[in-house]
Amino acid sequence: MDFRLTEDQKALRAGVRELLARRFDRDALRAAVDAGGTLDRALWRELGAAGFFALRLPEEAGGVGLGLPEAVLLFEEAGRALLPGPLIATHLAAGEVPGAAEGEVVVTARDGALVEWLDAADVVLGETGEAVPVRSVDPLTPLHRVPSAAGTAVSVAPRAGAAALLSAAEQLGSASATTDMAVAYAKDRIQFGQAIGGFQAVKHLCAGMLVRTELARAAVYAAAVTADPVEIAGAKLLADEAAVRGARDCLQVHGGMGFTWEADVHLHLKRAWVRAERWMPAAAAEEAVAAAL
Amino acid sequence: MDLTYTAEEEEFRARLRDWLGTVLPKLPPRPDPLDWPGRRAYDTGWQRLLYDAGYADVHWDASPTQRLIFLEETERAGAPYVGANFVGLLHAGPTIAAEGTEEQRARWLPGVLSGDEVWCQGFSEPDAGSDLASLRTRAVRDGDAYVVTGSKIWTSHAEVADWCELLVRTDPDAPKHRGISWLAMPMTSPGITVRPLRTLAGSTEFAEMFLDEVRVPVGNRVGAENDGWRVTMVTLSFERGTAFVGEVVACRRTLGELARAARENGSWDDPVIRRRLGRLAAEFAALWRLTQWNVSEAQASGGVPGVGGSVFKLQYSHARQELYDMAAEVLGPDALDLGQEWNVDRLSSLSYTIAAGTSQIQRNIVAERILGLPKGR
Ligand SMILES: Cc1cc2nc3c(=O)[nH]c(=O)nc-3n(C[C@H](O)[C@H](O)[C@H](O)COP(=O)(O)OP(=O)(O)OC[C@H]3O[C@@H](n4cnc5c(N)ncnc54)[C@H](O)[C@@H]3O)c2cc1C
Repeated sequence: MDFRLTEDQKALRAGVRELLARRFDRDALRAAVDAGGTLDRALWRELGAAGFFALRLPEEAGGVGLGLPEAVLLFEEAGRALLPGPLIATHLAAGEVPGAAEGEVVVTARDGALVEWLDAADVVLGETGEAVPVRSVDPLTPLHRVPSAAGTAVSVAPRAGAAALLSAAEQLGSASATTDMAVAYAKDRIQFGQAIGGFQAVKHLCAGMLVRTELARAAVYAAAVTADPVEIAGAKLLADEAAVRGARDCLQVHGGMGFTWEADVHLHLKRAWVRAERWMPAAAAEEAVAAAL
Repeated sequence: MDLTYTAEEEEFRARLRDWLGTVLPKLPPRPDPLDWPGRRAYDTGWQRLLYDAGYADVHWDASPTQRLIFLEETERAGAPYVGANFVGLLHAGPTIAAEGTEEQRARWLPGVLSGDEVWCQGFSEPDAGSDLASLRTRAVRDGDAYVVTGSKIWTSHAEVADWCELLVRTDPDAPKHRGISWLAMPMTSPGITVRPLRTLAGSTEFAEMFLDEVRVPVGNRVGAENDGWRVTMVTLSFERGTAFVGEVVACRRTLGELARAARENGSWDDPVIRRRLGRLAAEFAALWRLTQWNVSEAQASGGVPGVGGSVFKLQYSHARQELYDMAAEVLGPDALDLGQEWNVDRLSSLSYTIAAGTSQIQRNIVAERILGLPKGR
């Protein structure tokens, strides 16, 4: 047993982080927010070219031939950068929907009563008949709501687990980013003649963020290795919590600055709220873990 | 990320499992929790069985992964906990192994491993708890001995210990972290008075210890004179890093029993209770994975656990308390009956956020040593 990342996995993670830093840095993020939820097709194709969607397709099928543990590292980085778009649905559709693997075709999927990026998508999986637009809490995730009468929710059976896991990985990335942001701010911001990170009340908020993040990390990585549905449910639960509470605590550490549109904290919080509601929300995850007791 | 065990590790597991299967059914019944000599005899008897079967040294000589397997299998089989000698096995022993001289290792380690000698920990003092480095118990050199005077508190299992890992101040004029030394003190030395303290669970789990001109040979000092704080950090890294690992397995088993009890008494039908049990199960599963992560890191970096132990200890100690609070909720009125083991365990769990460094102190450690935030004033 050696639970640490392999050299290849570390290199993969570094590569994605580098790609996103180059193609989707903070300026790009703010520009995307200002553009109000339009999908950057050029970026989507670049992600496709980099293997983001084809990562788990076998090499014979034109894919990269890697597995869930690697996909989790990819989505963690996406979550850290707040990369927008129906990433999970497109990744899962690779190999089934022509063009998805290459990033030529944008795929979204209904999950429960919600479907994201409906207007931007080329292909929609699941019954969305009477979907009505919602004023989404997250400026970078356009949402539609499907009236409960319209058919059953789709993409449940074999892929729901993978979707929940990848979503958990995004939450992990976000939790990790807000922890870093809080710590950086706490070292920098001076009040009462000292860095606020020297105050225990602030210090303990930051420590709590790290503890939740590392617990979620252990859960998410292990679930990626075992692909066990109960472990995946637990991982989603803990990652949702790490992301949502992490963003809130990060906001608190930033004081008034944290409450502004200018700071990125609210973008993390809002996206974390959206992800927490999708691909296995808390109630379903808790029931799934409890059922295995 | 590899969670599979090697063939060698699996073989170790299989052999251990076989051995546990034959030896556990022959163990004598557990003693009354208040019968300290009985508990010592029982716990060290178990240690002796491990020793004779060649499993004693898994406590620190084996690879971290083997140790993990050992804890997993012994807990799963319901084997006795290290009990009375937890200080010897889980932190004094590893400290001597890491910091002692050849002679010291030869003198003390066999007794710890065989269970013949039981250790306790004399770190805390009435005025030095979280602020351990402010300890005042004095040791003055007199020929080939230190003459030790002062008092210690919260000394777990002092009543039945043969040795004490003792922190003393050997240089009162040095800055507080610099004048401390780490000694092995025989508990039979003249001048030691042990006065048991009663815990809120009703047991005499720990004691006050008064030291009046106790002579401790200079050769019993582990590490250099006045370098005891560094040695102490090694001890604490074992205490926080590895000492709780087996208990996570135990908690997962307890959680399973709790779910069974809830199904039997109908509280499982309450979705609030069910969901909270689910959340707790997810936390303990993740804590186990975090342990595997920490062990992998320790294995790669050569043995002494890192500050990751503080991350684990923080989360674990609170989860454990939550587990027993949930038990109380499931049990309803039975939660007030001390005749039920659950409730005694609930009381004991209250110490987890205090002993081995309080949660507040662990948060300081995580913030300062892992996140690099400035030290408080
Ligand atoms: C069951 C049990 C067994 C024990 N066994 C042993 C043993 O065998 N040997 C031994 O040496 N010791 C032992 N201890 C002692 C234990 O290590 C101390 O109790 C612990 O370190 C806390 O010290 P204290 O009790 O003096 O509390 P204090 O240090 O007085 O703390 C009181 C409160 O103040 C908070 N506090 C203190 N300093 C700070 C700070 N800087 N920032 C924020 N909050 C702070 C604490 O978190 C706590 O909430 C045991 C304790 C228990 C409960």
